[in-house]
Amino acid sequence: MTAPTAQELVEHALKTSRADASVAIVRDSTSANLRWANNTLTTNGVMHRITVTVICFVGAGQGAASGSATGSAATFEQVTSLVEAADTSARQSAPAEDAAELVPGEAAKDWHEPPGHTSIDVFDGFAPALGEAFGSATAERRILYGFVDHDVTTTYLGSTTGLRLRHVQPTGHYGCTGKTVDLGSSAWVGGATRDFADVDATALDAELAQRLDWAERKVELPAGRYDTVLPPTAVADLLIYAYWSASAREAHEGQSVFSKPGGGLRVGERLSSKPVQLFSDPSYDGLQAAPFVVTATSDNETSVFDNGLPLARTHWIKDGALSSLVQTRHTSRMTGQPVTPGIDNLALSVDGAQSSMAELVGNVERGLLLTCLWYIRVVDPQTLLLTGITRDGVYQVENGEVTGAVNNFRFNESPVALLGRFSAASETVPSFSREWGDYFSRTATPALRVPDFNMSSVSKAN
Amino acid sequence: MSPGNSTQKSIDPSFTALPYRRLAEAALSRAQDFNVSHADFRFERVRYQQIRVRDGHLQGAGDAEDLGFAVRVIHNGAWGFASGVVLTSESAIQVAEIAVRVAQVAGAMTREPVALAPEPIYDDVEWVSQYDIDPLEVPLSDKVELLCGWTGQLLDASGVSHSSAVLQQVVENKFYVDLAGTSTTQQRVRVDPQVEVFGVDEGSGRFDSMRTIAPPVGRGWEYLVGDGYDWDSALGELPGLLTEKLAAPSVDAGKYDLVIHPSNLWLTIHESIGHATELDRALGYEANYAGTSFATYDQLGKLQYGSPVMHVTGDRTVENGLATVGYDDEGVRTQTWDIVKNGVLVGYQLDRPMAHNMAGELNGGRSNGCAYADSPGHIPIQRMANVSLQPASGGPSTGDLVSGVERGIYIVGDKSWSIDMQRYNFQFTGQRFYRIENGRLAGQLRDVAYQATTTDFWGSMEAVGGPQTWVLGGAFNCGKAQPGQVASVSHGCPAALFRDVRVLNTTAEAGH
Repeated sequence: MTAPTAQELVEHALKTSRADASVAIVRDSTSANLRWANNTLTTNGVMHRITVTVICFVGAGQGAASGSATGSAATFEQVTSLVEAADTSARQSAPAEDAAELVPGEAAKDWHEPPGHTSIDVFDGFAPALGEAFGSATAERRILYGFVDHDVTTTYLGSTTGLRLRHVQPTGHYGCTGKTVDLGSSAWVGGATRDFADVDATALDAELAQRLDWAERKVELPAGRYDTVLPPTAVADLLIYAYWSASAREAHEGQSVFSKPGGGLRVGERLSSKPVQLFSDPSYDGLQAAPFVVTATSDNETSVFDNGLPLARTHWIKDGALSSLVQTRHTSRMTGQPVTPGIDNLALSVDGAQSSMAELVGNVERGLLLTCLWYIRVVDPQTLLLTGITRDGVYQVENGEVTGAVNNFRFNESPVALLGRFSAASETVPSFSREWGDYFSRTATPALRVPDFNMSSVSKAN
Repeated sequence: MSPGNSTQKSIDPSFTALPYRRLAEAALSRAQDFNVSHADFRFERVRYQQIRVRDGHLQGAGDAEDLGFAVRVIHNGAWGFASGVVLTSESAIQVAEIAVRVAQVAGAMTREPVALAPEPIYDDVEWVSQYDIDPLEVPLSDKVELLCGWTGQLLDASGVSHSSAVLQQVVENKFYVDLAGTSTTQQRVRVDPQVEVFGVDEGSGRFDSMRTIAPPVGRGWEYLVGDGYDWDSALGELPGLLTEKLAAPSVDAGKYDLVIHPSNLWLTIHESIGHATELDRALGYEANYAGTSFATYDQLGKLQYGSPVMHVTGDRTVENGLATVGYDDEGVRTQTWDIVKNGVLVGYQLDRPMAHNMAGELNGGRSNGCAYADSPGHIPIQRMANVSLQPASGGPSTGDLVSGVERGIYIVGDKSWSIDMQRYNFQFTGQRFYRIENGRLAGQLRDVAYQATTTDFWGSMEAVGGPQTWVLGGAFNCGKAQPGQVASVSHGCPAALFRDVRVLNTTAEAGH
C-alpha cells in the first residue's frame, strides 16, 4: 500500500476534525550527518521524520479555545489520533487569551509539489576530501574534530479557512576544530550552507593550519577591558541572544532590557548613535526562511491563531533606534504596536561599513581578535548582561598584525550595550553562530570592534 | 525483571500493542545479510505535554509524541545509523539497508575500528520507573485549573506584578533488541513544575523575579497534588521573598565564604563534575561542540579534584532519578560507582565502545550503562548519569554550616550558569542570596554571581552537610552532541560550606 502524501495527511486532519476550525501542519524532514574526532569518524546517521501538528479551535472569535497535538505520523490512523487529542484538549481549555480569527487564504501554487529530500550522498564531494584531510592532519601533527549536517524540511500548512501553504527549507552547516597534538592550541572554522556544494574539507583544514600557526607564540594576559575585534561569528553569537530576548510581551510587562523603567516599551529609543540596522527578512539572499508563521503552541512570542500569517522584512533596530519587538496579533493589541512575528533569520548591518574584518584588525594598535564565544547565558535580564567564554582562538593584535595566541577569558557583556559602544564595523557577511548555529543558522553580521570589551576573568581552558 | 527497582506499574498496553517486535525481526534479519559484527534495533515512543499559564490564564498547552525506530550497525569496523517513522516491515528493512550504506560511506573515514565491551545477555526483560499517577492520564482541565489557581493567587499578592507557571511532563517507552540476544522494554515518567513571580521596584523601576526551587523528578502527577512536595509553603513564601529581594542591597564584590543550598549546588555539580567526568569528553569526542575536560584520562587516580570531604558517585539507579533506568540504550544493566573519592578522581561515565577502548582499565572493562538517545531519530551517545555529592554521615545541618561563617553568603536556588569548554572556569547566580554575618543570616542581597575554577572551588569545600540536608535536584534540559540531544538528569547533594570564593556584583560587571 502506498503511504499517504503530506498533502493527504493535511486534508485528512482537516476533514476528520469535529472542531469549529482547525489547522494542520505536516513537516517532512530528511537529514544526514557525519561527526568526527581524533582524525576518525565517530558517529553518523540518516534520519527521516514526518511530524504532524493538529490544532483544533472550539468557539468563535475572542471566545475561541485551542488545543494542539503533535506527533510522528505517517498514516491516516495516526493523524486521526492527533485530531482526537487536539480536539479533546481544545474542549477542556478555557477561551484562549490570544484568540483571533484564523488567517484566510487559498492554495499556494506549489502546494501539490512533493517534499524536498536529502541523503548521505549530499556528502559525496565532502567525505573523500575529509578522509584526505585526516591523513594530512595526522602527518602534520594536527587533530581534527567536527560535524557536518544537512537537513531538508518541507512544511505543509493547511487550515479550514482554505489556506494551503508549502515551504521547503534546506539547512546545512559545518564546523571543524583543529588542535595541536599536545592539545595546547585550538582553532575553529565553521559556516552555514544550503547544499554543501560550497564546502571544501581541504580548505577548512588549511585555514585551521594557519590559525594554529598563529598560536605558536603564546601570550598570557590578565582579565580586564580590551580593544577587541569580534568576528561575524561572535557577533552572531551575541545578537541571536538579543533577538531571542526581544519579546514584546515580556518588555510590555516590564521584564526585559527593552522595557522602559516603570513600564512601557523602549520602541523609538536610540540604542546606538551609529546607523545600525538589525532586521529579519524571509527573502534575504542566501538566508531564505519560511515566509509565513508556523507554530504548534502559543507562548509569549507565538500564537497558534497566527498560523499562516505572511512574514515580511522587519526592522528590529532601524538607524540605531529600537523599531520593533517580536509580536503576535494578541500582543500587538496589548502593546499598541504593529504585528511583527518572529522570522527564522537575522541580519545586522551598519550603513557605510564596507571594510573587511582584516582591515578592521589592521587598524588595531594593541588588542584582541576573537574566534567565537561559548556557553552564553543571561546574568541580568534588566541589562541583558550575558556571560560566556571565548573559545578556540583568542589572538593578540599589535600594530594591526596577529602576533600570538592569548589565553581564554570569561566575559560579561550586554549585546545591547555593545551596539552603543562599538567603534568600527566591517561589511555584513554570511555568518554562523558557534553556540546557536545548530539551531539558528541563518545569520549575516559584520565584525565589530569594541574598544573596552569586558573580560571578567581568565580561563585555563585551551 | 528489574534490577532492584519497583515494577508496580506495568508497561503501557498501548505501547506493547505497537509492532516493534515484527519490525525488529525484519531489520535485524536484513542487517545480518551484510555480515555486520553488531546490530541493534531501538523503537521509541516518547510523549510530552507542556502547559504554560500566566497570571491565572492558560497561555498554551501542547501535546507531542515522538514515535519511530532506529537501526545501528557495525560493519567492517564502522558505525552506520539510520532511523525511520513508517511502521512497516518493508520500511524497517529499508532503514537497515540505509544503516549499512551509511557504514560503508563511513568506512573510508574510520581509522579506528569500532568494537563494544562485552555485556551479559538480558532476555526479554522489562523495567518501569517508580510513580503513582501517569501525568498524561490526568485531564488537561485538572492541570490547567491547578496551575491557573496557583498563578492567580500569586498575582493577588502584594508586590507581584505577574506570575507564570510551566509544567512539563514526559512518558518515555523504549524497546531495544540486539543480535547478541538482549531485549529490553522500559517505561519512564518524569515531571518538571516551575512557578515564578515577577515584581518591579516602584522607586527605581528595577524588576526582578523569584522562582520555586522544587526539583524536577522521576515521579508522576502525585508530585503536584500528593505528599511529594510542600507546594503550599513553596508558593506562599514567593511574594515575600521577591519583595525582600527587590529591596535588598547590592552586594559588594569580593571574596566570601559560601554556604550553598542543594537547590543551587546541584547545577554546579552538573557542570563542573558531571560533564567533566564524561569519558567521551575526556577523550575528545565532544571537542567540536560541548567541549573536552580538564579531567583527562591520564589523571585517573591522581587528580586532586577537591577537598578530602568530597565523595561523588555516578548512578542510574537512584529512586526518582531523572537518569534512572533499568538498562541503557546499548542493553547494559545500570549501576552505581565512585567518580571522586576522598577528593581524588577515580572514575568516569562510560558506554560500550569506550569501555572496550580502555582495555579493561575502567569498571573491569564493562560499560557502566551511560548510553542514551533522546529520541528514535538520534544515535545513542554517552550521556550523564545521576552524579551526586554524598553527605557526611552524622554531618552538620545547614544552620550548623552557617554558624561557622563570619562573613559570607548563603545561596538558594539556581538561575544563570556558564562554564568553559574544559570545565575549568565557571560563573553561577541563584534565586536568592542571604548575607551571613557572624554565623547568622542577615537579610537578602542582590546582584550576586560566584566565579571560580573547578578544582579551586571544590578544594575550598570545608564541610558537607549531613543526610538531613541532602536533596535530589536536576534538570530536563541537559544538551550535548551533534545533532543536539537533550537529556534529563538528577544530582543529589547536601548543603556545603566553601571558603573564600570570588563573588561578583553583576550590575558592576554590566558597567553600571
